[in-house]
Amino acid sequence: MNYLMRRLATFPLVLLGVSILVFVAIRMVPGDSITAMLGTEAGLLTPAQRDSLAAYFGIDQPWFVQYWRWIGGILHGNLGISVTYGRPVLDVILERFPLTLELAVLSMIIALIVGLPAGIFAATHNEKLSDLGVRIAAMIGQSTPSFVLGLLIIYTLSAGFGVLPAMGEFAPLWQDPLRNLSQLILPAITLGFAFAASVTRISRSAMLDVLSDDYVRTARSKGASARSVIWRHALPNALIPVVTLSGIEFGYLLGGAVIVEQIYALPGLGRMVLDAILQRDYALVQGAVLFIAFNFMIVNLLVDLAYVGLDPRIRLGEQ
Amino acid sequence: MRILRAIFGHGSGRIGGVIVGVYLLIAILGLVGLTPHNPITQFRIDRLHAPNGAYWMGTDLFGRDVASRLMAGIGQSFTVAFFSVAFAALAGTVLGLAAAWLGRRWDGVVMRIMDVLLAFPAILLALLIVTVAGPGTWTSVVAIGIVYTPIFTRVVRGPALSLKAREFVDAARTFGSSSFYIVTRHLLLNLVAPLTVQVTLALAWALLTEAGLSFLGLGTQPPAASLGLMLSDSRNLMETAPWLMIFPGLTIMISILGFNLLGDALRDILDPRMRRAPA
Repeated sequence: MNYLMRRLATFPLVLLGVSILVFVAIRMVPGDSITAMLGTEAGLLTPAQRDSLAAYFGIDQPWFVQYWRWIGGILHGNLGISVTYGRPVLDVILERFPLTLELAVLSMIIALIVGLPAGIFAATHNEKLSDLGVRIAAMIGQSTPSFVLGLLIIYTLSAGFGVLPAMGEFAPLWQDPLRNLSQLILPAITLGFAFAASVTRISRSAMLDVLSDDYVRTARSKGASARSVIWRHALPNALIPVVTLSGIEFGYLLGGAVIVEQIYALPGLGRMVLDAILQRDYALVQGAVLFIAFNFMIVNLLVDLAYVGLDPRIRLGEQ
Repeated sequence: MRILRAIFGHGSGRIGGVIVGVYLLIAILGLVGLTPHNPITQFRIDRLHAPNGAYWMGTDLFGRDVASRLMAGIGQSFTVAFFSVAFAALAGTVLGLAAAWLGRRWDGVVMRIMDVLLAFPAILLALLIVTVAGPGTWTSVVAIGIVYTPIFTRVVRGPALSLKAREFVDAARTFGSSSFYIVTRHLLLNLVAPLTVQVTLALAWALLTEAGLSFLGLGTQPPAASLGLMLSDSRNLMETAPWLMIFPGLTIMISILGFNLLGDALRDILDPRMRRAPA
C-alpha cells in the first residue's frame, strides 16, 4: 500500500515533466499553426482575422501564459481545442483511442496465444531439434520490423490471392464487430508477430530457469506427473518475466503504432499524433502525449502490482 | 582477441558476427561510393527493370539501380545507428555514473528526467525532435540518441550503485583515490560487459528506428538512398515490381537479425549468470 502511494506520488511529477517537454518541443517546430491549418488560404486573412483566430485558440499569449492556461485547463478536464479538428482535444483523442486499445489487446492476445505455448514447448524440449526450430523462428520474428512484415502480408495477399486487406472507413467494434475484426486482424498479426517472438524467448528462458530449481526437482521426485510439474509448479513462477515484458510492450502499443496504422490506413492514436505534429496542432499534440504518457505509467504500475499477485514473496518498494 | 574467439566459438555469435561483418563491409563500400552504379543516376530507359545481369536487384521507378541504392542505404543506416548509439551510450553512461556516484538529490533528479523521457512514447519523441530540427541524417542521430539515453542510464546506474557499495571502492577511497579515478577505474571498467551487450542490442533498435523514421519520410531525404524510404516508395509498385519491396525489406531484417544474434551471444559470453539459459 505504502509502495502504491509512493509510486502514485511520482505520477504528477513525471507528468509535469512530460507536459513541459512536449509544450516546449512543439513550439520549437518551425511555422505557425494557423498557416498550417489554412494552407494557402492563410494568405487571404487580414491581420485582424489572423489575430482573432490566434486569440480563439489562445496562441496569441506569451508562452508562460499559454502553459499556465493549459495546465489550469487540464485540472478541469479541459485539454483545449484542436486547431485541425476544431473540437475539444479530449473528444478527438477518445474517438481514436478505442481502435488503439483494441489493436493493442488483439496483438497481446496473439502474442500470448502463440508465444507462451511455443516458449514452454521449447523449454521442455531443451537442446532438441524442435527447440532449435522454435528459437530460430523466434529470433527471426524478433528481427522483423512491423513495416516489413506488414508490407509482406499485403503483398502476399494481393499477389497470391488477389485480395486486399479490408480498409476504407473504420467500423467500431460495437457497431459492426465482424467488419471491425476483419479490419484489425492483419494489423494485429503484424504487431503481434514480433511481440509473440519476444514472449516465446522470455517464456522459454524463464521456464528453463524455473525447471532447474529445487522445488521442481522435489515435485518430480515425489512422483508428480510431467504435466502437473509444468503447469502447476513451474509455470506460475515462470510467468513473472512474461508479465513484465507483455505489460511494457502493451504500454508501448497503447501509445499508438504509427507505422502499422500508416500501412493499413487505420485512424489510431499514432497517426493522429503524427499528423498533429506535422500540422503544428499544439493543443492536440500536447494533450495526446500527456494522455499516452499517463496510460504508459498506469500500465507499468499495474505490471508491478501483478508481480505481487504472482509471487507473494515479492514485497514492492523494498531495496 | 579473446572476445572475438569467444564470439566465433558461440553458435549464434558466429552467424551474427558474420552477418554484421558483411554488412559493415557493404556499408563502407556504400559510403565511399564503390557501388555497381551511381545510386542516384537515373537510367530512364531501364525503368522498373526486373533483376538481371546489369542490375542485380532491378531498377526503381526512376531507373535507379536498386542494388547500388541498397548499398548506399546500408551505409546511411549504419552511420545513423552507430552515431546515435554512441551518443546514447556516452550520455547514458555519464548520467548513470553521476546519478549513482553523487546519489541522493542528483540521483533523484537524473532518474526523474529519465522517467519523463521513458514515459514519452519513443517513436513520437523521435518524430517531434525530427520535426523541430528538420529531417536529415544528423537529426535522426540526435533524435534516436536522445530516445535511447534513458535505457543506457538505467543499465549503468543499477550496477554502478551496487559496485559503489563494494569493499574495493571503500578501499580505494581509504587509499585517497580521487572520485574521478574511482568512477572511471573501478566502476566504469566493471560495467564494460553489460554496456557491450546493451550497445549491440541498441544498434539493432537504432537500425529499426532509423528505418521507421525514413519510412515515414522523416529520416534521410531523397534523392539520397535509405532503406526505410525505399520500402515506403515500393508500396504503390508492389505488384508490378515486388523486388523494390523484397530486397530492402530483407536487407533491414537481416541486419537487425545480425545484431540481435551478436548481442545474445555477447550476453552469454560476458554474463556467466545467463549461461545456463541461453535464449
